[in-house]
Amino acid sequence: MSFIKKPNITHPDLPRNAIGLTLRDYEGSMSTLCAGCGHDSVSSAIMQAYFELSVEPHRVAKVSGIGCSSKTPTYFLGGAHGFNSVHGRMPSIATGANAANRELQYIGVSGDGDSLSIGLGQFSHAIRRNVNMLYMLENNGVYGLTKGQFSASADKGSKAKKGDANAYSPIDPALLAISLGCTFVGRSFSGDKEHLVPLIKSAISHSGFSLLDIISPCVTFNDHEGSTKSYAHTREHMRETVYADFVGQHEEIVTRSKPGEYRQVTMHDGSRVGLRRVDENYDPTDRISAISYIEKYRAEGAVVTGLLYVEESSEDMHTILGSTDQALCNVPYDKLNPGAEALKRIQSRWR
Amino acid sequence: MKPTNSSDPNHFHRVVDCQWGCPAHTDVPGYIRQIAQGDFTGAYLENRKSNVFPGVLGRVCDRPCEPACRRGRLDETPVAICRLKRVAADLSDDIRDKLPPKGSSIGKRIACVGAGCASLTVANDLLPLGYDITIFEQHDKPGGLMRTNIPSFRLPAEVLDDEIDLIVGRGVDLRLNTPVNSMKQLLEEGYDAVFIGTGAPRGKDLDLPGRHDSPRIHIGIDWLESVAFEHTDNIGENVIIIGVGNTAMDCCRSALRLGGKNVSVLARKPRGWFKASAWELEDAEEEDVNILINHSPKAFIVENGVLKGMTFDKLHYDIDSDGELSRPEVLEEVFLPCDDVILAIGQDNAFPWIERDAGIGFNKYDAPDVDEVTHGVELPGVFFGGDSAFGPKNIIWAVEHGHRAAISIHKYCAGEDIQERPPRGMNLQSTKMGIHEWSYSNDFDDSERRKMRHVELTERFKNIRIEVELGFDPEQTALEVERCLNCDVQTIFSEKLCIECDACMDVCPVYCLTITDNGEEDDLRTRLRAPADNKDQILYVSDALPQTGKVMVKDENLCIHCGLCAERCPTGAWDMRKSKLVIPYATDMKADVS
Repeated sequence: MSFIKKPNITHPDLPRNAIGLTLRDYEGSMSTLCAGCGHDSVSSAIMQAYFELSVEPHRVAKVSGIGCSSKTPTYFLGGAHGFNSVHGRMPSIATGANAANRELQYIGVSGDGDSLSIGLGQFSHAIRRNVNMLYMLENNGVYGLTKGQFSASADKGSKAKKGDANAYSPIDPALLAISLGCTFVGRSFSGDKEHLVPLIKSAISHSGFSLLDIISPCVTFNDHEGSTKSYAHTREHMRETVYADFVGQHEEIVTRSKPGEYRQVTMHDGSRVGLRRVDENYDPTDRISAISYIEKYRAEGAVVTGLLYVEESSEDMHTILGSTDQALCNVPYDKLNPGAEALKRIQSRWR
Repeated sequence: MKPTNSSDPNHFHRVVDCQWGCPAHTDVPGYIRQIAQGDFTGAYLENRKSNVFPGVLGRVCDRPCEPACRRGRLDETPVAICRLKRVAADLSDDIRDKLPPKGSSIGKRIACVGAGCASLTVANDLLPLGYDITIFEQHDKPGGLMRTNIPSFRLPAEVLDDEIDLIVGRGVDLRLNTPVNSMKQLLEEGYDAVFIGTGAPRGKDLDLPGRHDSPRIHIGIDWLESVAFEHTDNIGENVIIIGVGNTAMDCCRSALRLGGKNVSVLARKPRGWFKASAWELEDAEEEDVNILINHSPKAFIVENGVLKGMTFDKLHYDIDSDGELSRPEVLEEVFLPCDDVILAIGQDNAFPWIERDAGIGFNKYDAPDVDEVTHGVELPGVFFGGDSAFGPKNIIWAVEHGHRAAISIHKYCAGEDIQERPPRGMNLQSTKMGIHEWSYSNDFDDSERRKMRHVELTERFKNIRIEVELGFDPEQTALEVERCLNCDVQTIFSEKLCIECDACMDVCPVYCLTITDNGEEDDLRTRLRAPADNKDQILYVSDALPQTGKVMVKDENLCIHCGLCAERCPTGAWDMRKSKLVIPYATDMKADVS
């Protein structure tokens, strides 16, 4: 970590967004992660996305568990709400917070250890309930905080820093999420913000659970030759399927010169996500073909990236439960707590 | 764009805005760090290497470095570079024994005409090489315009005397009260080279009705000179100064100290078109000088040989959309009463003593045709510098002219081609001390520029010798040195080490770094992370990066040299290296003069 604080001074002509903030207003504290950590780059992409969406930082709640990735909410959106929970339990906290106050935007930050080992059950059930949140899984294949043991997402045969090969098959969080019925699944790479930022924006605008599996190299324990989650390996083996380009409610659609079929998906809040199929054989709305595509290329050693699966009409937890459409803090007290008499009436129904 | 050629000394030199802006290229961040460390003597010597008169310039320099200072572009107040220079000069030990002594005579005699800053610099540079230097001076004291035109409440005579003595005292044959009246005669005396540093001694006149009817109408620089030599010690209560440059500021403030009560400076144009430096204007206004704009002088009103006042046309200007002034419209004629008028509307160089057939070569403006690099003229072995070369500039330019002329003289005496100039160099040295430790203070200090303390208004008019500026106190100094951004500690990039993790781009507080596809400069500038419209500031472009073939582009414009890019770089692709511009002086040259 650096000894000096990031200076407050900045470029005097820094662009401002629709609510008059600059990118610097979306910062948090100075990162204490290793220099060059992929997670820092992901934090930056998150700041960029919220900045571009002109979200007021205090309308966001950040939740996380334990691990290098889970430290990062401190490093972005200093003005947002935050809760750093126990290991693997972030989905419960997010579910509870979302149940109580649906008016905030939720972002959970987790890692491959936090989500795929100790928290796998929690992860699965948050998907099942379709909690309206963005779940960022910063995936580096190792336990960085405890010096680089293989995690559950490490590829079979991937080499540790000292040369040992991983003997187990990996859990692919994106495949798992699609099979569990997740309504928005994407994969990207911390080292490619041109790809990552629009994907985050699209995921934020999705109503329901959106999972982004971000390959985010551990520069200290997993960035060597033989690792399948290094910067160089990821860049070499990335296979882009669908490029998601977020288009705001009032923005013009810019036709891009890049090749590929272009179509639009209208999101819950009226904004649109432009999908450009980089691989013509990929259909992000067809679950079965998506799964087989990802499986096929995973077997070949490719890292399939892009917007992997999206379900346009998705019912989130509140819709399923038929819960109040207000945040509980905004419900009048006598309605929120109808009193002892009302409780008696309810109880008497079961006598 | 092609990858930046960082072995070209000019690339990193340009990043050090203050040093690039200084005609003599003083290593400003270098000496500010020395002051920060309490090494005032070292800071003084560093200054003296390039600008020769740190004590003088620390008070009255035109400070081209300050408008150039990067801090001005970031938070609008440049580092008080000039004030810090004075701190070094005020607190330096005696450095006499640290200067090279006069070298043993090589039998070459050099004549310098005029004992101003240009000639003194030539002497300073050539003395250690063993040249025998003779300086001819018309007045009874050396210093030239530094003495005659800058009042002592801005520049005390002792400071000037000390710094001149550092040169003259090492063995210059200084001939006071010895005006040179004929160039031809001087040339006949057989000097090996002649340097002319006679300044711009002719103040412009204003030939309006009544100009010659009263002795109370003065030429500004002549009047300042007679004040400096104590031939003039009083003035009327009501004084009008014509002109609004720095000489006008010196005139009005001097007038206040010699009995002027109601002193007005009359400008033909509005504020914003004034020639005076902002700080000199501010100091004059602090002393309650009236500044009247849009007044065009019309006539001097003299009745029975007594100056009564002046008439002016009051003007009106429109400012167009480009910020240009329209042609003025005359509103009315006004009369302003006064006892004295001082004309401070400019000055020229003048050479009544140079015969036009002496072979020097004069141009159509009747000024000598001087080579801008060598400072030579048509006649080999004769060189010009300071205001006499290209008209009025300032002290720091004159010093730089002196350095250049000294190199030419040395080469000329060695029989070498004076057009071939010794090359500049650039040394780069890493400042890395530990993982996150650097050998410079990299933490950005957001303090505001310190204000100079002045002698109380009630005290300062008692005597024209009372220096108004008190200098920075230790606390002010300690804060101001931290405001320097250390622009000479350069960000150096090694593309082959880069893994494109984006850490440097993400941490940079001013967003000056971008990894992107290469392109032409105009195109690249539109694709950077933050606006990069200042084309005076260069881009630093890497070669293709190993993993993606993109390039790292740095807009040098607003980098605060905090070193965070290097701290957050996992592979050491960024390093903070202190650059030191190596400027050749005559003293360092190995020309064979025999």
